[in-house]
Amino acid sequence: MRVGLFVTCLVDMMRPSIGMAALELLEGAGCEVVVPATQTCCGQPAYNSGDRVTARALAQKVLEEFEGCDYLVAPSGSCAGMIRTHYPDLFGDSPGLAARVARLGAKTYELTDFLANVVKIERVPGRFEGTVTYHDSCSGLRELGVKAQPRALLELVPGLALEEMRDNETCCGFGGTFAVKMEDISARMVEDKCRNIGASGARAVVLGDLGCMLNIEGRLRKRGDTRTQVLHVAEVLAGKDGR
Amino acid sequence: MHFKARAKAALADAGLQRGLAKVDGFAARRAVAMRELEDPEGLRTAAAAIRDRVLEDLDVWIEAFEREATRRGATVLFAETGAEVASLVVGICRRHALKKAIKSKSMLSEEARLNVMLAAAGVQPVETDLGEYVCQLADEPPSHIIAPVIHKTKADIAELFERKHGRPRLAEAEEMTREAREMLRAHFLSADLGISGGNFLIAETGSVALVTNEGNGRMVTTLPRVHVAITGIEKVVPTLEDFSTLMRLLPRSATGQSISNYVTVATGPRGALDADGPEHMYFILVDNGRTNLVGGDMQEMLRCIRCGACMNHCPVYQSVGGHAYGWVYPGPMGAVLTPAFVGVENALDLPQASTFCGACASVCPVRIPLPDLLRKLRERQVERGLRPWYETLGLRVWGWTARHPRLYALATALGVRVLRMLGNRDGMIGSLPLASGWTKSRFMPAPAAGRTFRALYAARARRRPASSA
Repeated sequence: MRVGLFVTCLVDMMRPSIGMAALELLEGAGCEVVVPATQTCCGQPAYNSGDRVTARALAQKVLEEFEGCDYLVAPSGSCAGMIRTHYPDLFGDSPGLAARVARLGAKTYELTDFLANVVKIERVPGRFEGTVTYHDSCSGLRELGVKAQPRALLELVPGLALEEMRDNETCCGFGGTFAVKMEDISARMVEDKCRNIGASGARAVVLGDLGCMLNIEGRLRKRGDTRTQVLHVAEVLAGKDGR
Repeated sequence: MHFKARAKAALADAGLQRGLAKVDGFAARRAVAMRELEDPEGLRTAAAAIRDRVLEDLDVWIEAFEREATRRGATVLFAETGAEVASLVVGICRRHALKKAIKSKSMLSEEARLNVMLAAAGVQPVETDLGEYVCQLADEPPSHIIAPVIHKTKADIAELFERKHGRPRLAEAEEMTREAREMLRAHFLSADLGISGGNFLIAETGSVALVTNEGNGRMVTTLPRVHVAITGIEKVVPTLEDFSTLMRLLPRSATGQSISNYVTVATGPRGALDADGPEHMYFILVDNGRTNLVGGDMQEMLRCIRCGACMNHCPVYQSVGGHAYGWVYPGPMGAVLTPAFVGVENALDLPQASTFCGACASVCPVRIPLPDLLRKLRERQVERGLRPWYETLGLRVWGWTARHPRLYALATALGVRVLRMLGNRDGMIGSLPLASGWTKSRFMPAPAAGRTFRALYAARARRRPASSA
């Protein structure tokens, strides 16, 4: 099984340990993992900013890089959601490309969805002593139905207990450029999220999208919380403690 | 329109924030009410299909409605703009010598600024929906389409009633409601015109359907000599069967009720054998920008049945309330409708007022893809050059770099090093040029490794050549 790992631009730059963790989990599951060296970004920032031309060019690039793989897996519900649910919208006027992106979309998975539902792993290398809480990132949850998968995988981690926070499905306020354009509203939303994380009593908040992680960790530290860890689910599962 | 400025003020308004905390309750009650349904998702699909069927042939269904309504003795009028609505209503008042209008809830009357226009023509408008009555006393527009005074606290209303009613201040909601009821009773009995909105127009029977909880809708449509129902042209549904399908979703989506306290279906004026009802019944079907959406890429917005679920589930609405949106309709549906009606250039911030979290679309009873529609509005802004130059330039430069992998690898390797140096002892960046919006209220975690994934992966591949790709 040839799995193309789409690292995502944010992971590439801001937290490569997530990419390494994803790589090890996939290899541990017996996948032949390929990491196309020319990959950059899925084009979502352009798409959500209304720049279809740039989004389409980048979508075509991802298509060419990954269509030869059996699967495309990304450690991000947001990027996987872009490829799976939004790429077809970009090629409405060219049936050939539309059919190709539809085929790519059908084999595109968010990492935990892939691990839980496709390769169905039953053991993970990670260990974690303590309680974590899980934040459901919006795109993974609502575009791809990622909800039970990360929780089922976290159950495989020895020592880990899950304590759900209030409003775990409510947006953290990241929203890409929203965090900069609508900074006051975004600040309010991430503050609410941080309060709910705090109230859960968990030692760490675990989640599946780096955008939300940067937002939540940045806010937690700014408000003086240096204790609560912010971890990607891949890091926890692979036993690679972040940074 | 200055959404951002109003939003900022709203975030700092403690009273408003206390009021908005109540919105959560709607969402919780909706979830419970939807679970009563055997197949809620299938029902949402069916509801969307009913609305789409109408929108595909809107002119045909409007004519069918007009024919039936006319056959049953009502007069059907059409208004192209809000101003035309007002002049038609004023014309009806002149024809029948009407002096006082009691009104049940109508967002279209807000689009038409009807109260102002009526008062100017010497007709006294009295809002009889409790929330709208409070808005009228306070001289404020509603801030939510089904809970008009969600922005006010009980204490705000107690103070308002004391001042406007000239009676001792009350403490309990029940007492205040009773006092409003007493005040309104005299108006109900003395009004000669009843103005209602309409949740649906039923083509099969030429009827208007009203969904209310306070009973005022029934008084408005039966007590006065003349009843005028004002709705958007898109509110038509083909049959009573379709109406009942949509009714399984509307109250549940709106307030979490299985059914509203009152469901009124008003058909024609009083007949010879009827004990009550108006002598004359008028419909005013309003366009006010709606036909611009028909047949275009925003047509799905016209499915909207005005339940308010999108705003009840929107973290942005819950943070800033309805007035920040600047026009009649707030929340995600307002962020789509307002630019569509008043022009994208007049509501630049609204399509940006979303994280695209998708909560709205996941609860919409008629499956309107609200984030997709907001994105289309963003695309229009870009196409028409309405975004700031630095944003456009930034996207272009970044997009171009991302298409040139070698350059991209160099730029990101450098960027990561710079970002790492900007981090403090704890690896947090306190201020970032061009992204002060981010760092005002949060740090940016610096990339701890100081190297990109692609660099680390290349090093790993060199160590383990067998696993390289």
